Formats: sequence, structure tokens, C-alpha cells
Amino acid sequence: MIATLALAVVQIAIVAFGAPLLVGTLRTLKARLVGRQGPSPWQPYADVRKLLAKEVVVSTTTSWVFRATPYALVATLLTAALIVPVMTVRPPLAFAGNIILLVYLFMLGTFFLALAGLDAGSAFGGMGSSREVAVAALAEPTVVVAVFALALRAESIDLGRIVERFAGEPWLAANPAHLLAFAALFIVMLAETGRLPVDNPATHLELTMIHEAMVLEYSGRYLALVEWASAMKLFVFMTLLANLFVPWGLAEPTGPIPVLVGALALAAKLAVLTAAVALLETAVAKLRLFRVPELLAGSFALAFLSLMAIFVVR
Amino acid sequence: MTRLGYGVVALMGAAAVGLGGYGMTGGGAALRLPSLLPLGGLELTLDPLGGLFLALIGCAAIPASIYAFGDAAGARRGRFAYAVFVTSMCVVPVAANTMTFLIAWELMSLASYFLVLHDRQSKGSVNAAWIYAVMTHAGLACLLAGMLLLGADVGSPRFADWRAAAPTLTPTTRDAAFLLLALGFAGKAGVVPLHVWLPLAHPAAPSHVSALMSGVMIKLGVYGLLRVSLDWLGIGPSWWGAALLIAGAASSLIGVLYALVEHDLKRLLAFHSIENIGIILLGIGSAALYRVAGLDALAALGLIAALYHTVNHAMFKALLFLGAGAVVHATGTRNMEAMGGLIKRMPWTAVCFLVGSAAIAALPPLNGFVSEWLTFLALFQNMRLEAVGQNLVFTLGIASLALTGGLAMACFVKAFGITFLALPRSDAAARAHEASRPVRVAMLTLVTACVVLGVGPTLVVPTLESVASAVLGTAPEAISGDWLTVRVSGQFASVSTAAIAVVLAGSFCAPLVALRLVGASRRTRAYETWGCGRIVQTPRMEYTATAFASPFKRVFDFFYRPTKRLDIEFHPESRFFVERIEYENPTRSIFEDWLYRPALRLLHGGARAAGALQSGSANQYLAYILAALLLMLVLA
Repeated sequence: MIATLALAVVQIAIVAFGAPLLVGTLRTLKARLVGRQGPSPWQPYADVRKLLAKEVVVSTTTSWVFRATPYALVATLLTAALIVPVMTVRPPLAFAGNIILLVYLFMLGTFFLALAGLDAGSAFGGMGSSREVAVAALAEPTVVVAVFALALRAESIDLGRIVERFAGEPWLAANPAHLLAFAALFIVMLAETGRLPVDNPATHLELTMIHEAMVLEYSGRYLALVEWASAMKLFVFMTLLANLFVPWGLAEPTGPIPVLVGALALAAKLAVLTAAVALLETAVAKLRLFRVPELLAGSFALAFLSLMAIFVVR
Repeated sequence: MTRLGYGVVALMGAAAVGLGGYGMTGGGAALRLPSLLPLGGLELTLDPLGGLFLALIGCAAIPASIYAFGDAAGARRGRFAYAVFVTSMCVVPVAANTMTFLIAWELMSLASYFLVLHDRQSKGSVNAAWIYAVMTHAGLACLLAGMLLLGADVGSPRFADWRAAAPTLTPTTRDAAFLLLALGFAGKAGVVPLHVWLPLAHPAAPSHVSALMSGVMIKLGVYGLLRVSLDWLGIGPSWWGAALLIAGAASSLIGVLYALVEHDLKRLLAFHSIENIGIILLGIGSAALYRVAGLDALAALGLIAALYHTVNHAMFKALLFLGAGAVVHATGTRNMEAMGGLIKRMPWTAVCFLVGSAAIAALPPLNGFVSEWLTFLALFQNMRLEAVGQNLVFTLGIASLALTGGLAMACFVKAFGITFLALPRSDAAARAHEASRPVRVAMLTLVTACVVLGVGPTLVVPTLESVASAVLGTAPEAISGDWLTVRVSGQFASVSTAAIAVVLAGSFCAPLVALRLVGASRRTRAYETWGCGRIVQTPRMEYTATAFASPFKRVFDFFYRPTKRLDIEFHPESRFFVERIEYENPTRSIFEDWLYRPALRLLHGGARAAGALQSGSANQYLAYILAALLLMLVLA
């Protein structure tokens, strides 16, 4: 019991305090790739500190939904951080609903954020909300079918058990079903966390923006929470991808040393994945908004093919 | 007098809950009065499945009657029909022979017909009632044919005899009976493509009746489908289950897609009923398929998921309809585009509607999440089936359930956000008033039910499991667990909404405390919404429901087939000044265009052709009689 509690605290701390570093590293890498000096990887921490010191401007049009949303959003992500295997194969809250819970927790966060976008009554917020929920809704079948494909091979939907099972398969990387599911989930990760080519996280005033338009009314500590939550979502999603598809290095929860090893392994995996996302974001342009559904349909096709590969091989 | 009537119905609901609960937990009871009715007499039997539905009707009737208590002006007319409606609904799940069942069924349909016809001045509601009457009687004809067929073949109108004789029936009889009965029940449940009456009839009735129609009346269609596919006809061929699964996938997706582009608040909710019936059918279909394959534990899981969702949908849909009723009462319109800002004028209703929205969108830790989670788990385990064709059908179910979940979330962001948030879009919305106390009590009762069913699956699931094993006739260990966790199929998966609720609440408070500890600024300034430098903010600048739904309209245009009409009137002096813009972007129903219109045309054509026989000449009619007589003599 105490060990689980300690693990939960460590896991939340890693996700909560690692997330801004991940976003900072991604930004630095992207800047270097296009030949700019770029900010330090630690810049997001400074941003949060600055925002926390500022006053909040709240629109008179808004209701309590607008003020509660940043906290609700952070709550969904802190809970999500306990469901994903981060550095051990036994996430502390694994028993509470597994990957389906994770998907619906992200939906809970999106639900509140989209409501907050409508609450201020500006066209920007409404436009962002409408687009964000459209992308989230269309991404969901891919996640569920890809996860079903993984669960089929692991004979469990428990994330820890899936990871354990795959760690015992040395030729995992050569399995077509596995690679297809990875590709599908990678595209969904880009869409769900608002990265290129679905959304551009670097702009604020562009009519094609999605996430940034929705949170336009937030300022001060509320904005700090919302940005921090976005970073955590990226961290959780990337951790999930990294550990599902490169399952080696995770610890059985036996003691501090294996957990430390697990954390280091995670750092290495995330570094590789971050580099990949940075390269991709430098290489591709943003898609027109109404081309995004085609991309998501493509990712669904990949997930479906992964499933078919399993049915056929069986 | 009105209040007394509704009070009696509420008490009757409480009695139904008690009796149903007794039946659900294994208590049996039977009543037989052979002389009361012809053809078998009145016969009532209480079994676990019937008990569950009886208790459910009671649970929904209590808050609906309390609501009617507070809405005296709207509820004075039709209180007799309402009492008949609730009573006949209570009889349906305990009816034990054809005669009793069909009389209760028809009374329920007739009473609800009169309630749909509530507003006799409006052309819309007369039309809705007419379509409802036609569809419900087409369904009744199917039920009657199926029941007579079975009754003649088995030689008894009693359901218990059908159950016993099911294995001895020929496959053709069983398939024909299944098709007829399933069609009749699916029509009442609103399964696509038999759903067309539902979005017309439910909104036309007063809100407490809409709550009951959407919450429990269509569930009696589900009850019938359960009896047909799992009980009366024994274990059927696998196409029954596959057909139910495919119908469920189609209904869930099509229901939510129509709801997305619907801006009449009550019609939107009616379309969501179609969606949720689809989700229930996914559970029933999977149960039927697993049962054919001999996987009783998985069949029980699918059935538990379906029953759980049935109960949940009754609660949150009743809650949402009562909330919508309060909003319509306060603003005088059902059009969401004329609402907005109600969260400030109606804080109680807003909170209740928000809980209902989160529950129907299956957001954890509320009740919709638990039953959709169970449905997912029932569908996921199709790898135990060996037939690839069946695996594909299950995959279709999984994908459509996932897409439905996402789209339902999007739809309720629209429903709550446009109705309750931002600035009021009309004077009526700006002058809205909070609902009366009985209405609030009714809504809060249902909110409590949603929360308890959400965080307490460990209390609910064992009861449903005993109902499921009574229906399936086996006692498989589908679900285990302790006070905190529900565990499915051994090690496969587990869920604990209580733990989720605690962790969510903890991590909601954590940043509140943490921000204070790190000394974050607590200064807050109230100011206008940022608007690119414009002077004042008006409701016309807000995003509308139409605009909110437009990405979906574009993505799914092959389904909506939207037509566009744009009229611009320019100033006579210059084309750079616009006097008036009219924009219309309606969608069309593929079911009306491709199914119902051609069928009606065929019917009209046939009627006209038959009309040629009717010349008005008495001699010709005498010739017909003679011809008929001769024909009968020859045939005999």
C-alpha cells in the first residue's frame, strides 16, 4: 500500500515536472533544425512562473464553468498520469479502468475546455471549441481499434500486462500488426495534442488554429494551468506510445533502483520520440482544416489493417 | 385535483419500484384471471427481467410525476392519459400471455398518442402524432402476426409454453417469428431505419411525458427484443445476434449524427435516444452471438452491459428531458439558437443539465461511462470466437461505439454550451427564470441516481448479474470483484469509478492548494471578452449552434447531403453595402428520401389502382359478391 502510494507520488511528479521540459526540448530542437538559436529547454518553467505572477483577466460574460475548467483539466491529466505505465509495469491506478478510462479522461478534459471556449461568447473561442471536439471525436475510433489490436495479441487490456507481454517478444519491431498500430497511434497523438500537421502550436492569430483559439480568453494562473495541462497531455501520450511499442527497460515495482532505471529508460525513449516529432514538424506544413479528417481516416485505416493482420495470422 | 392525480401516479411508481425490486432479486409472483379477458385471460407473472423493467419504469415515473407537480399549467391537460400511460407500461413487463401483453402494449401506445397530441393547435404536433400512430400500429401488426404465428404453432398463447416448446419448433417458424417480433419491437425502440417517428413524437409531448417516452417507453421495445432474442425462442442461429449488432452499430452512429446537426433542444435529445438504443443493442447482439458459441460467461457480460446501459439511459435521458422542459418553460422556445446565458438565470437547471450531459457523453466517473466500458469489454473479447466474419461484425461494433462516444461528447458540448453559456441570444432567454421547486427536486433526484449508478457499479452489477443468469438459464462467473473494483473475465480488465472519482477530486483540489503554496498572484480583474478592438460585445458575435456543427456537416456531407441557399440583397447604390443576407444550409434525411417516400408512393399507387374496383354501381358490387361466393365454393 505504502509502496504503491510512493510510486503514485513519484509518477505524478515525473509527469508533472517532466512535461514542461519535454515541450521546451521540442521547441529548442525545432528551432535548431531551422537554423535558429531558439529558447532554452527550460523556458516553459520560466513561462509558468511569469504567468503565475500575473493578474487574471476574466471576461464578464463567463460563468463558473470558465473558472473551474483549468482545474478540471489538470485533474484529468494528473489522473491519467497514474494509469499509464511510466517507469514500472504496474501503474498505481491500473485497476480503475485501463486504456478505455484513459481515452475517456482525455475526452472529459476536452469537454470542459470546449465549454470554456464557448463561455466567453467570442467567435474565436467557439470556432476553436468546435474544431477541437471535431478532431477529438474523429480520432477516437483509431485509438480504440488500435488498442483493441494490441489487446488481442496481449490477451488483456491492462496496459501493464500488454507492456510485460510485448517485452518478452524479441521480434516485436518486425511484426506488421505492431508497426501498423504504432503508425495509427502516432498520427492520433499528433492530432490529440495539437501538433503539426493538424494544428500549429506556435501561432496565436491565425484563422486555422484550433487549440490556441479555444484557450484565447485565458490569462495569468489559469493560462499557466491550461498550458501545463497541454504539456502533460503530450507527455502522457508520448510515454504511452514509447512504452507500448518499445516495452523494454520498465521495472517491476521492487525498489528504488529498478524504478530509477525505468525512469532513465523512459527519458531515452522520449528523447528519440521527441526528436522524431521535431523532425516531422519541421518537414511538413499544416494541413488545411478540412483535410484533417482525411488524415484521421487514414490513421483509422492503419489501425484496422493492424487488426486484420492479427485475424489473418491467427 | 391535478396535483392529486400526479401524486397518485408517483405513489404507483414507488409501488412499481418495490414490486420490481422484489422480482429482480428472485421473488416470483403470478396472477391469473382466466375469465377477465377472452383468449387466455389476464395473466401476470413477475420474473427477474420483468422486475428490472418494472422497477425502472417506477424509478422514472416518480421524478416525472414530481416534475408535473411543479409544471401545473402544462400538465393539467392529459393527466388521465398520463395515468393510463404509466399503468399500462407497468403491465407490459409482467404480462405473461399474448392477450394481456398486446392489450397493455396498445393501451400504452394509445395513451402516448394522446399525450403527443397535447398541443392540438400546432400543425407540427398533429403531424407528429399521425406519423407516430401509423408507425406504432405497423409495429403492432408485426407483433400480432408474430405472436399469432407462435401461438398457433405451439398451441398456447402463454409465453412460458413458448419457452418450453422453443427447441421443438422448425427453423423456418422460429426465423419467421423472430423477424416479425423483432421488427415490431425494434419499431417501438426506435432502431434505424424504423426511427422516423421518434424525433417527431417525443419533442411534441409535454416534457415529463417526453422523459418517460424516451426514458422508459422505448426501453420496452428493448425488453421485447431481449425476450425474443434470448428468452422466448431459445438459442437462435448466429445471424440473429449479428443482425442485432449491425442494427445497433447503425442506430448508434446515425442517431448521434442527426443529433449533431439538430438545434431543437428536445429533438436533439430524441435523436440521442436512438443512439443509446443502438448502444444497448450492441450489448444484446454480442450476448446472443456469444451464447450461440457456448461462451455463457461472455454472453452474461454482454447482457449485463446492455441492462446497465438501459438503466443508465433511463436516468440521464429523463434528467435531460426534464432539464430541457425547464428551459423551454423559461424561454418559450425549443430553438437553441435563441437561448444562451441561462447558467446565470437558471443555475440549478444548468448544473443538473451539465451532469446529465456528462453522463450521456460517457464521461468518467458518471454512469454512462460504466455501461459503455462494460459494452466495450463485451465487444473486445470476440477473439474467443473462431469465425472471422463474426470478428468483423464485432470490430464494426467497436469502431462505431468509439466514434459514437466522441460525437456524443461533441454534441453535448454544443447542447450545453450554446444553451447555457455566453450571452443570451434573445430577450426571452435574457428574462428566463429558474425552475420551480418540484421541478428542481425531480432533477436532483435523477442527478443523484446518475452519480450513484456511476460510482457504485460494485453495488449494481451483482443484481444485474443475477437477472442475466436468470435470463440465460446459467450461472456463469462473468464478473467478480470487491467493494472497490469490478473485475471482468478474470484478469482481462477491471474498473473502479469510485477510485477514479476520489483521485479526480483530489487532483482537482491539488492545484488549488499548490497555487496558494507557491504564492501565485490572486488578483483577478473582470473585463470584456477580447474582440480584436471592437467596441461592444453583442450576442450576434457569438458562435451559433449551426456554426458549431458545421465541421461535422462538412466531414459527413455524404450522409447529410446538405443543400445551400444564399440570398444577398445589395444596397441599390453600391455593391459594397449589403442590406440583407439570408443563408440556409439544411440537411436531408436519406431514410425519408430513399425509403419512406418511395414506399409511400408505392402505397398510394396501389390504393389508386384498387380504387378502380369501386365504381359506385350497385350492380357491379353484386357481381363482386357473386364472384367471391363462386370462388369460395370452387376453393372449398
